[in-house]
Amino acid sequence: MDFDYSDEQQLLRDSVARFVREEYAFDARKRLIASGQAFSASHWSLFAELGWLAVPLPESCGGLDGSAVDNAIILEEFGRGLVLEPWIPTLTLGAGAIAALGSPAQQQALLARVVAGELQLALAHFESAARYDATAIATRALRHADHWQLDGGKCVVLNAPAADLLLVSAREASGGVAVFLVEPGTPGLRMQPYRNIDGTMAAELLLEGLRLPVDARLGDQPDALPALGILHDRAALLACAEAVGAMAVLLQKTVEYTRTRRQFGVAIGSFQALQHRMADMFIEVEQSRSILMMALLTADSSGDIPRAVSAAKSRIGRAARKVGQEAIQLHGGIGVTEDLDVGHYVKRLIAIEALFGNSDWHLRRFGSAGHAA
Amino acid sequence: MDIRFSPQETAFQEEVRRFLADEYPADIRRKMQGGLQLEREDHVRWQQLLARRGWAGVNWPVEHGGTGWTPVQKYIFSTECALAHTPRIVPFGLGMVGPVIYTFGTEEQKARFLPDILASRVWWCQGYSEPNSGSDLASLQTRAVRDGEHYVVNGTKTWTTMAQWAEWIFCLVRTGGPELKPQAGISFLLIDMKTPGVRVSPIRLLDGTPEVNEVHFEDVRVPVENLIGEENRGWTCAKYLLTHERTGIAQVARSRVRIAELRKLAAQTPAGSGGSLLEDAFFLRRLAELETELIALEYTELRTLANLSAGKSPGPASSILKIKGTEVAQALDEFFVEVAGLHALPCVPEQFREGFTGDHVGPGTLAAAAGVYLNNRKASIYGGSNEIQRNIIAKEVLGL
Repeated sequence: MDFDYSDEQQLLRDSVARFVREEYAFDARKRLIASGQAFSASHWSLFAELGWLAVPLPESCGGLDGSAVDNAIILEEFGRGLVLEPWIPTLTLGAGAIAALGSPAQQQALLARVVAGELQLALAHFESAARYDATAIATRALRHADHWQLDGGKCVVLNAPAADLLLVSAREASGGVAVFLVEPGTPGLRMQPYRNIDGTMAAELLLEGLRLPVDARLGDQPDALPALGILHDRAALLACAEAVGAMAVLLQKTVEYTRTRRQFGVAIGSFQALQHRMADMFIEVEQSRSILMMALLTADSSGDIPRAVSAAKSRIGRAARKVGQEAIQLHGGIGVTEDLDVGHYVKRLIAIEALFGNSDWHLRRFGSAGHAA
Repeated sequence: MDIRFSPQETAFQEEVRRFLADEYPADIRRKMQGGLQLEREDHVRWQQLLARRGWAGVNWPVEHGGTGWTPVQKYIFSTECALAHTPRIVPFGLGMVGPVIYTFGTEEQKARFLPDILASRVWWCQGYSEPNSGSDLASLQTRAVRDGEHYVVNGTKTWTTMAQWAEWIFCLVRTGGPELKPQAGISFLLIDMKTPGVRVSPIRLLDGTPEVNEVHFEDVRVPVENLIGEENRGWTCAKYLLTHERTGIAQVARSRVRIAELRKLAAQTPAGSGGSLLEDAFFLRRLAELETELIALEYTELRTLANLSAGKSPGPASSILKIKGTEVAQALDEFFVEVAGLHALPCVPEQFREGFTGDHVGPGTLAAAAGVYLNNRKASIYGGSNEIQRNIIAKEVLGL
């Protein structure tokens, strides 16, 4: 029994950690956001160069077919640096959908470009009225003789403003859900881009008589929902890894701050009332790391993955709220300012909590699985 | 990363299961499952069965007659025992004073005491806390004054679990003067409970059980040869005990068994609004939260175990196991009281004793739930209170 990384995993981790250390100083990140870009194109090229983009992709398309643990190693370090590059939108969801649903020709045409860092993707699936119900898709796809017509709307589509290609889900006349490849700028597609609280970018999509060529449908499976469910669980799991990285940094920064901040003539970290709260933050981080490992190991085996993901996402969401709130509180006034990085970690944690099913949604799914722990 | 058992570990698990199926006495199992009180003889019989198999010294090295098990084997053993509803091994002899003696004792002391501890022929109890020394243990005042070949002991120990059954007590006593630091004047002394001047008076806990006691010492003469280690160096033994590997401190397997039992009971209990409690959203939500906490705790324990297996120190993670383990167990206690509903009220302890022939009040053990709940409030207080554990994390891990 061991929880150690292999040598390759350790190298990967060191290399991502070095990138975060060198490229993601708080000021550099602020400048990147202020420039108006969603993320840094040169960072993304670097990811390609270093081979990271191959990690989650299938071997048949030049990928490495990495495990959940491999992917989580990258995302945890990203969480430590609040990395803005759209790993989950382009790789986990976008490329993941193409790999799971696309025809061999579509996979060959698109995934190699993803590995090369030449293609940004966005999966447009969730709709306002559906909240977290990934099955409640009201957007319709009508097959005409020589084209598809899509009508409907999608909300908070991560990375849509920067995407070279959108993957839009819609319900066909048969009742099944399919995913369609949509080029931004296609007539009938209206995109309202915006910045999220965590600095990432997203958009609302409105589809009105959107005409697509007949080969725009991803693959020929009658229903994409099971595959999309798996992808969203994968995304939730990686978001958990990111949250663990972000929480670990919040704890570390809070401890450092209370050791140097002096009031009443002493470091405030000498007060037991604060020490116990930091001890509790530590416990939250460790319990989160533990349940993340459980879910990752389940994902890499043949266990009940949805139940494991839900256990992790709900528990980590609870931890993230507590750790975030305590980090701000123990920093005092400076904690609620834009000038300090602490609040920005909290913003990312809030975003993660809201993404891919929040804590309550996952707790309900976990609880209704109906068998004992 | 790999958390599967090795083939040898799986074979060991099978061996433990077989042993429990063949040897664990059915009458003790029945008492455990029915929430009945165990007698002294029940504990002794179970531990002597383990001893005959060579499995009593779970944490002991082979050279002293222990199992020499790896951390994973200990984990497997304690998990399987919990699943089989065995009593926990009474810790005072096998878990506490035994390891202190084989670590700090002389050859004579080892030969004199260890065999009886290993075979559960002598019942031990622990004399640490005093009425005025709880978390601040080093302030203890029970005094041992040297008089020829004896120490003369005066003072009072408290919270002494099962002292009413004990034949021997290991005590921390003050031998040094006020010029020494409090920790530097303490010695580790073994005292025969039959010595004149030793008196045990019971303290009743909130569930009415006679479980803990005060032990009074009045001019008790203890031979000098019963001193373990050097005079005034007893704090080293005490600290060793506190940090001594405590496999299964988180009680994960036991809590899992209890959750399964809770689910079964909740499924048979009407929610009062149509349907069972197990279909009640308010109830289910809290139960689901507790289950995720237990899963996280299980993996925290496995991570600690992996560290131990790799020869690393368990580290302050054992403080997490203590805090979260007791929190989960106490949350479960609350759940049982809640499921009991009105039957949380009846206080009929005699129906949970062997031989009760009257009409049983309340379903199953539910009429005992409030007592269990009250009794187990001790868990976050003993063994270094959960606040002390947080002090340890703040100091040892966070460097505050």
